[in-house]
Amino acid sequence: MSGHQVFSGSSLKITGGRLLDGRGKDESNRALLIRNSRIAATGEAAEKADADQVFDARGCIIAPGFVDLYCNLREPGNGQKGNMRTEARAAARGGFTTVCESPETSPVNDSRAVTHLIREGAEAGSPVRVLPIGALTRGLEGEMLSDMGGLTAAGCIAVGNGSRSVRSARVLRRCMAYAQTFGLTVMLRPENQSLAADGYAHDGLVASRLGLLGIPEVAETASVMEMLLLAEETGVRLHLSQLSCGRSVEMVADARRRGVAVTADVAMHQLIFTEDALAGFDSRFHLRPPLRSEADRKALVAGVREGVIDAIVSQHLPHESAAKQAPLPDTAPGLSSIESVLSLGLELVHRDELSLSELIRSLTTGPASVIGRNASAGQDDKADLCVFDPATRWTPDSQSLISAGKHAPVLGQPLRGVVRLTLVDGQEAWASH
Amino acid sequence: MTVNAAAAHHLQLTRDGQLRHFLTLDGLGRALLTDILDTADSFIEVGERSIKKVPLLRGRTVANLFFEPSTRTRSTFELAAKRLSADVLNLDINTSATSKGESLSDTLLNLEAMASDMFVVRHAQSGAAHFIAESVTPGVAIINAGDGRHAHPTQAMLDMLTIRQNKGTFEGLKVAIVGDILHSRVARSQIRALNELGAEQVRVIAPGTLLPRDVESLGCTVEYDMAKGMKDLDVVIMLRLQKERMEGALLPSEREFYRLYGLSQEKLALAHPECIVMHPGPINRGVEIESAVADGPQSVILSQVTNGIAIRMAVMSMAMGGQVAERQQKRSTLKGDQS
Repeated sequence: MSGHQVFSGSSLKITGGRLLDGRGKDESNRALLIRNSRIAATGEAAEKADADQVFDARGCIIAPGFVDLYCNLREPGNGQKGNMRTEARAAARGGFTTVCESPETSPVNDSRAVTHLIREGAEAGSPVRVLPIGALTRGLEGEMLSDMGGLTAAGCIAVGNGSRSVRSARVLRRCMAYAQTFGLTVMLRPENQSLAADGYAHDGLVASRLGLLGIPEVAETASVMEMLLLAEETGVRLHLSQLSCGRSVEMVADARRRGVAVTADVAMHQLIFTEDALAGFDSRFHLRPPLRSEADRKALVAGVREGVIDAIVSQHLPHESAAKQAPLPDTAPGLSSIESVLSLGLELVHRDELSLSELIRSLTTGPASVIGRNASAGQDDKADLCVFDPATRWTPDSQSLISAGKHAPVLGQPLRGVVRLTLVDGQEAWASH
Repeated sequence: MTVNAAAAHHLQLTRDGQLRHFLTLDGLGRALLTDILDTADSFIEVGERSIKKVPLLRGRTVANLFFEPSTRTRSTFELAAKRLSADVLNLDINTSATSKGESLSDTLLNLEAMASDMFVVRHAQSGAAHFIAESVTPGVAIINAGDGRHAHPTQAMLDMLTIRQNKGTFEGLKVAIVGDILHSRVARSQIRALNELGAEQVRVIAPGTLLPRDVESLGCTVEYDMAKGMKDLDVVIMLRLQKERMEGALLPSEREFYRLYGLSQEKLALAHPECIVMHPGPINRGVEIESAVADGPQSVILSQVTNGIAIRMAVMSMAMGGQVAERQQKRSTLKGDQS
């Protein structure tokens, strides 16, 4: 029922859908004609045009393809946890047309050779665009600068340190100054290592009751403050990734008001779940940063609504099942999430916490602008599109997930929202009907 | 019910509300806790006979899985199982399987192949007993003998039994727990039990570095000054202090800790004259407690050990009973389906 080639001709007409372009445009019954990898016509012109194939998008929403600023495709080097073939296809099923791969591959992406390897792997096996994030420090060890000049030339779109922190503020300051030389955006997940220590849960009510080792809020906020001050001083473009605290959102908004070039993202699961998800020691919700309080969740959602948080990311981190089968503290952190991002987002829309256009913006134009790309669905734009049916239900289970990681947040629960068609460069990356 | 309680309730009780695992006191009501205490009372008499056995677990195999060493807890579980006529298998997994790189799931599969009916589990990680209860085949009962910082429910219940023996009731009692609350699975279970059983006041007495975040949410009040905290107490429970706490910048020195939070005769004199003194053991004399207090007339530390056997007998027989009842129920539903 899914995954086989539906669209194979040289022109395709999508009819009857509601178009949301991530910039506030919302048009119902909008036709699009796709020819030669571009949107050749829209509206009435498209309606009248002949096409090899027609896709009936009645009841569906047409949006620019989603852009994920942070995910792990696990290639090269972590074949037991996933690979380009499974994970990039899972991304296409999630409606993503562009994904930024974390530098935390094995070996880490700190050289041109690894960047090339990722790009070649993507060329051969990925239906979606894969943009590598280069390592900020050599080996991600937080001690020496990576060859940022070489990484930029090889096609890295930003530099970051994956899930690892740069302990020394002096090294971080120099990394920023060096990245600034190449106009590179520095993407960082704020976490003060000495405050986070051995923790694996939000230092709050649930951790206190269950005796879990806490990661205090200040492990994030102290790091956000340090990063903002260093970015302000060095003038680098800073992107704060995977925020988990309400307080961090305030600090970002504040820095922006002062003119600091800072953007931010949050993982979709942080907008839905809280520390309560750990109540039964459920290892799927062992995440880094941890799920925090309901007040934090609300503040993060508000941050998305108000545009202080530019993007929602999947933070997709697939694992083999053994990595999650142990007492909670002994399990590996991370969720297999990229296939359910849209559905969780639609849940927020359903609860009136986000509007549909705010959701689309945070998955398309918001993240695209962070990496200096364009996400759009207008005349002559390249046809990177996602067509989804917001009402149809599906129930993810370990068989139906494409990702090699089966530890999805919502296994066995009916979710709303199914991606019908993902087009990359006018080519079908995913189709289901 | 908190989310934790709801999650635990679902896992450790049968549909009729009988125990089938004993993992945490979260989600267990006053009636069930009282039932455990009453059952333990009836087993105390068994320990006083010349032949100290009852046949409740005859033909059953109980495996003691100690992933973390503990002579005292393991011995009392072993004795309890033997007094219930079970066959007992002692496994110090610390030194065997895990050091060879075997995963916990694989270790469990092997033990299940030996047809055990019950696992008594001690593990250094919070949630280990939950994980095992969720992974084992139905029909095997899991008893938590202490998991990380999370829970030590049999210890808390033997403490409750000791309090009830000495005070008769929990109503109106003022109880303090003193020392390293942050790292203590015992304290978490005790606070929960005392609240459920109706103690009037539960105080924790400790410096800020040894308290979990928002500790009041567990159901207690905080007192930094021990002299104030001792006022009018009916029960004072001292906790063991690990030596590592000095290295992690949680405490400056044992000496300062003893001066501020050690239980001396002078401090005990501030409590109610009939205040009893408890300690889960093993005690550090001169660190948490003065020898004269530990050995004094108000100390009930040794009867805690005796009560430990009775509580463990109670919990083991009740959980096995729950498993058996559940199996019979399933069998009769199956039969019902067929007819």
